[in-house]
Amino acid sequence: MAKIHIPTPLRQYADKHATVEVNAGTVGEALTGLVSKHPDLRRHLYTDEGKLRAFVNVYLNDEDIRYLQKEGTALKDNDSISIVPSIAGGSQDIDEVANLRIVELNSALPTCCCPACCC
Amino acid sequence: MATTTDVRGEPATLNNDEILRYSRHLIMPEVGMEGQQKLKAARVLCIGAGGLGSPLALYLAAAGVGTLGMVDFDVVDYTNLQRQIIHTTADVGRKKLESAGDKLKAINPFLNLRKFETKLTSENALELFRQFDIVADGTDNFATRYLVNDACVLTGKPNVYGSIFRFEGQASVFATKEGPCYRCLYPEPPPPGLVPSCAEGGVLGILPGLVGVMQATEVIKLILGKGEPLIGRLLLIDALGMKFRELKLRKNPDCPACGTHPTVTKLIDYNEFCGIRGEEKPVESSVSEIQVEELKRRLDAGEPLFVLDVREPHEYQICNIGGHLIPLGDLPKRVHELDSSREIVAHCRSGVRSAKAVAFLRQAGFRKVHNLAGGILAWADRVDPKMPKY
Repeated sequence: MAKIHIPTPLRQYADKHATVEVNAGTVGEALTGLVSKHPDLRRHLYTDEGKLRAFVNVYLNDEDIRYLQKEGTALKDNDSISIVPSIAGGSQDIDEVANLRIVELNSALPTCCCPACCC
Repeated sequence: MATTTDVRGEPATLNNDEILRYSRHLIMPEVGMEGQQKLKAARVLCIGAGGLGSPLALYLAAAGVGTLGMVDFDVVDYTNLQRQIIHTTADVGRKKLESAGDKLKAINPFLNLRKFETKLTSENALELFRQFDIVADGTDNFATRYLVNDACVLTGKPNVYGSIFRFEGQASVFATKEGPCYRCLYPEPPPPGLVPSCAEGGVLGILPGLVGVMQATEVIKLILGKGEPLIGRLLLIDALGMKFRELKLRKNPDCPACGTHPTVTKLIDYNEFCGIRGEEKPVESSVSEIQVEELKRRLDAGEPLFVLDVREPHEYQICNIGGHLIPLGDLPKRVHELDSSREIVAHCRSGVRSAKAVAFLRQAGFRKVHNLAGGILAWADRVDPKMPKY
């Protein structure tokens, strides 16, 4: 079992969990297991093409997987995986934060909202 | 191996008052007279006089850093006081630099304080950084963070970095000759609105204290050339679990800023780089609006209006007007809770989020939806002055 540390900003997409345990052979499989358990995380970690996003760093124990075998890096028992996104915050205006919410809403909107194709 | 930062300036000597003041440093072998003189000769530039900048500047001034520059153009706000401990209640409305300057000079009259009341920009950063030995980054946004990083790499000044989010912090030392820079870790910023941003912002008041003091510690170690600085290491601080973890950072040979073939050879437009477009009015003109006075009158008259509150649950706890709570982000999947035959008034804190909610509901086939202009803030101002504002 490997333990995946979920950073604070992403916990809202992982049922508020700080860590998630997964059975996997590689870092890539562990992350796939994570997003299948918590599908809302997918678009935050992966691009539409299925590649890990550039501003999301993944560490195996204390080492950046970019300097190991990337997502193919093999896992041992009790390994710990950390997702380390860039963070900025503290003084943000509440309405700026609200605007971020709006961007999320926009991406959640279906392309067509008519009852004919959405119901 | 400890790294010494080249601290220029004339050799500093201490007078008898200073010797007494710094006596607990002078009797430590790691500082001693030589170290204290290095501190006095050092010139540290602190970006921001806010959450991180407060403890950072207070401790650097107390420790005897000779020249402290501060860049900030903001004014002290009531909501700053929960964490920006350099400012007091009486300072609300004053310029942050004026307020901070008073406290710093009161702590240490020997301090040479240089105040730069300006926004840090691509035009002024290099000129400014050249006048200092070390830069401490206490900014709270990605655009300034990349600007500080690139300007530090271009001028060869170490960047003592700290960052906070709710109850989590990061600290490191970037842009030393041998170490990685912020872009080695994050070559690109996240697009606005995605990932590390969070619908629930805010920060635990003590967190900038923890992280800012760590930054101050790193600054002092760099000046003294003692200990193991956080070069090539990212410290992760989780205040809720009170857990500290450390990750290895490597200098990326392909780094656009500090790699072997850098593409960042001058400062760029960092707002554009971070995907921040100019002033954008998110309120759409087609959204039907209702004023707070009219809503109050119609509710008092017993009209069957349905009030929809699209804020977050913790905002609802601060104050509410009894509306049905569906946070904006949950609206698409909870839209079935609403009756499209009823007249709906949507509101949020200031009217921005609810305008979006109204536009969304119209797109979803709702016809009788209005946005409460000015949100619950306008309600507190014009209908119920007892209601708290946040």
